[in-house]
Amino acid sequence: MLLYLLQRLAVLAATLLAASLIVFGVMNVLPGNAAETILGPTATPEAVAALAHKLGLDQPAYLRYAHWIGGALLGDFGVSYAYASPIAPLIASSLSVSAPLAILAMALAAFIALTAGVYAADRRRRPGDAIVMGASQVGLAVPNFWLAILLVIVFAVQLRVVPAGGFPGWEQPMRALRALVLPAVALGVVQAAILTRVTRSALLEALNEDFMRTARAKGLSRRAALWRHALPNALVPILTIMGLQFANLIAGAIVVENVFVLPGIGRLILQSISNRDTLVVEDCVMIIAIIVIGLNFVVDVACAAIDPRLRNPVA
Amino acid sequence: MRPGSRVDVSLWLGAVLVALLLAAAAISFVWTPYPPAAIDIPHRLAPPSPAHWFGTDSLGRDVSSELLAGSRISILVGVVAVGIGLVFGVALGLAAALSKGFVEDAIMKACDFVFAFPALLSAIMLTSTYGPGVVNAIGAIGVYNVPIIAKLTRATGNGVLGREYALAARAAGRGPLSIAFDHVLPNIAPALIVQATIQFALAILAEAALSYLGLGAQPPQTSWGRMLAEAQNVLFNAPMLAVYPGVAIALSVLGLNLVGDGLRDALDPKLKGRT
Amino acid sequence: MLLEVANLVIDIATPLGAERVVNGATFSLDDGESLGVVGESGSGKTMTALALMGLTPESARVAGSIRFEGRELVGLDEDAMRVLRGDRIAMIFQEPMTALNPLHRVGRQVAEPLILHRGMTRSAAFARAVKLLEHVRLADPQRAAHAYPFALSGGERQRAMIAMAIGCSPRLVIADEPTTALDVTVQARILELIDGLRADSRMALLLVSHDLAVVAGHCDRVIVMYAGLIMESGPVDAILRDSKNPYTRALLEARPQPGARPGARLKAIPGSPPVRHEFGAGCPFAGRCALTIDVCRTTAPPGIAFGSARISRCHRAREVGRSA
Repeated sequence: MLLYLLQRLAVLAATLLAASLIVFGVMNVLPGNAAETILGPTATPEAVAALAHKLGLDQPAYLRYAHWIGGALLGDFGVSYAYASPIAPLIASSLSVSAPLAILAMALAAFIALTAGVYAADRRRRPGDAIVMGASQVGLAVPNFWLAILLVIVFAVQLRVVPAGGFPGWEQPMRALRALVLPAVALGVVQAAILTRVTRSALLEALNEDFMRTARAKGLSRRAALWRHALPNALVPILTIMGLQFANLIAGAIVVENVFVLPGIGRLILQSISNRDTLVVEDCVMIIAIIVIGLNFVVDVACAAIDPRLRNPVA
Repeated sequence: MRPGSRVDVSLWLGAVLVALLLAAAAISFVWTPYPPAAIDIPHRLAPPSPAHWFGTDSLGRDVSSELLAGSRISILVGVVAVGIGLVFGVALGLAAALSKGFVEDAIMKACDFVFAFPALLSAIMLTSTYGPGVVNAIGAIGVYNVPIIAKLTRATGNGVLGREYALAARAAGRGPLSIAFDHVLPNIAPALIVQATIQFALAILAEAALSYLGLGAQPPQTSWGRMLAEAQNVLFNAPMLAVYPGVAIALSVLGLNLVGDGLRDALDPKLKGRT
Repeated sequence: MLLEVANLVIDIATPLGAERVVNGATFSLDDGESLGVVGESGSGKTMTALALMGLTPESARVAGSIRFEGRELVGLDEDAMRVLRGDRIAMIFQEPMTALNPLHRVGRQVAEPLILHRGMTRSAAFARAVKLLEHVRLADPQRAAHAYPFALSGGERQRAMIAMAIGCSPRLVIADEPTTALDVTVQARILELIDGLRADSRMALLLVSHDLAVVAGHCDRVIVMYAGLIMESGPVDAILRDSKNPYTRALLEARPQPGARPGARLKAIPGSPPVRHEFGAGCPFAGRCALTIDVCRTTAPPGIAFGSARISRCHRAREVGRSA
């Protein structure tokens, strides 16, 4: 297991490096553009050159890259052009909203998926299965931000149970959580649809395996065999998909935050785009990539902990 | 297929919905009740009436016309983005399946890597560098489609190449390209069609999200996502404006998903009843 | 009598109607005895075995009588059946490569019936599992118990499966093609092992196989099944030497003969086994059988007894073997 862990860590480091190169590459392909974009088409060439020099854009690419990466590793993410303040605290405070939102949504999705997915697999070919599958089809088709808007209409406009948007800050945890409920539901329900189908199909595959028959032959009840033998085997593909889905969850969070006017990383990115604050966008995208890649790493390790064949390449 | 079975019903339902989507786009090229971009401030936020079947939006534009016109962008993005995914994805997947070894691993690792950057994130990177617009949106979504198709092509391709007739063809001296075209492609076509349908649905969702954020289709182009963004501003006054475009998106996506699932069940009975 | 099966009928629901896979099977088995069940694929032998365990698929309807230790198993509720499975009746399956859960250590899986039926603690059961693995002659039983299934070979996994089956000292062990998926050299050793284990206890064995040779060497009695019917039953040696049933004879003749001259053709049985719905009222082997006469197609063949322990189901049973 230790050897496996070390190997995976090496791959993780390489992947993060590649990600940083790609992010940097895409966003800095034409260095002159940033200064031009900031000042607009009416700017004089001298003004553009001056700003470019001030922002360090006239330095060779690899130096700018090294500067960026080096700073990031030390916790210095540069200074926002629009806000004229360090970027790191901006990102940190936006993550303090986005991260709990994403976690809540994923937890909700996982809970729904495991209950509904197991239920559907258990009741295959019976009405219960059809209902779950039908509901998940609808869940897949609904855009999460539209669901968010609908939730706002119902719960905030009509019923006035929760606020329509905004975030009061974590000083009052209960109010803060209330503000995250609708967004988490909007995000989580769509994820739940996907994960329910994955859970169901993974479980059906596992239930079809020969070792299930062995388990029953030993005297285990259907239920015990499902929980003790089938579910652990289904867990690896389920966890893997959950990890892959996390990237989509974050993308969804960016949009849903917009509906609820939450000061999360989505709003930071979008505002920076309109402010032409490319460095902030670059840093945010990189942070998101790090989170997603890191999370998938954790999922890989968890899967290897569950399935011994994954950590022994000989198998 | 047994008549009246669950698969049949959902496939037909999906086909009907997709037909509606295509019909809406086709009709909108020839006729809409009003020009979709025609602003008419005096009549803004009008409720549904014989003059405006779904009412008007915050700028007085006729909603039904906007709904019809919006289908065009959805289909355009879907077709082009999936097209990009198919062309490059199949090429990469075949290259991986045919070359084996290090090249195959490298391609697959690159694919896994792209999965960390969902379409939205790539679109954000592109639009912040090059500005918003449909083209960037299509590019970002298309790029995300490539690894999905590539992985599918490689996996199925490997299966086909391992079969006896492919080995026989190689023994007879046929080159890898001709084997790819004659043997691999026809065998992976069904799975590709199913996947493409599903990717189409996802492309529509992604385009809607991007337009909602203002990063996709720009005015005067009509997009359902943008309609939702505008409707959000008048949510308390006219909540229904936020419902219509969402229903359009949901029905289109649902239709495509049902067709995709139905095709999968029809083309590969072994997987019937699974995802 | 440990096991008495009377007129067992199993129907499977299919989209095209109910398919009768077992058509009135009657046999019995006593403590310490071994019975072979021989037949081609589709003969109903595996379904018969599953019915004894109560593990037939959901689409199957079981009728008739299965009396085990004097108790009727057909129609027995699931909870009562669970108490018997793994404890009084155990089963060994065909595919050792996939019959074990890849995520659990072998020792834990062997220990599971002990925990379930004997109420042992995990550690006590695991220790006993190691002893069982030693009993089935696995080299280095400690290592095997702590290993995961993927680390063991096919033969080793089958030994582990056997250990799992005998853990609670069942009175009846059902082995469904236990060696079919194994290499030929390993097959013999596994069968030897089973023989040895039976000699120590008084375990009864029901050995299901398509291979007459396997049954011949390791069973006292045999029943030969075809299309859900028992065509012949009786002591193994008698049947092998002088079968009174055309189907059994055809099976015997279809085997490669070790002393045959080079270039001699194998005797195959012409035609193929019937698709269920093609059954008429007559004998299922009619048409493929060299001795077919008109009555074979119209009337079900009666079971004709030869001595106290032999039955052959054939209209012309008394004539079989005379001309041979």
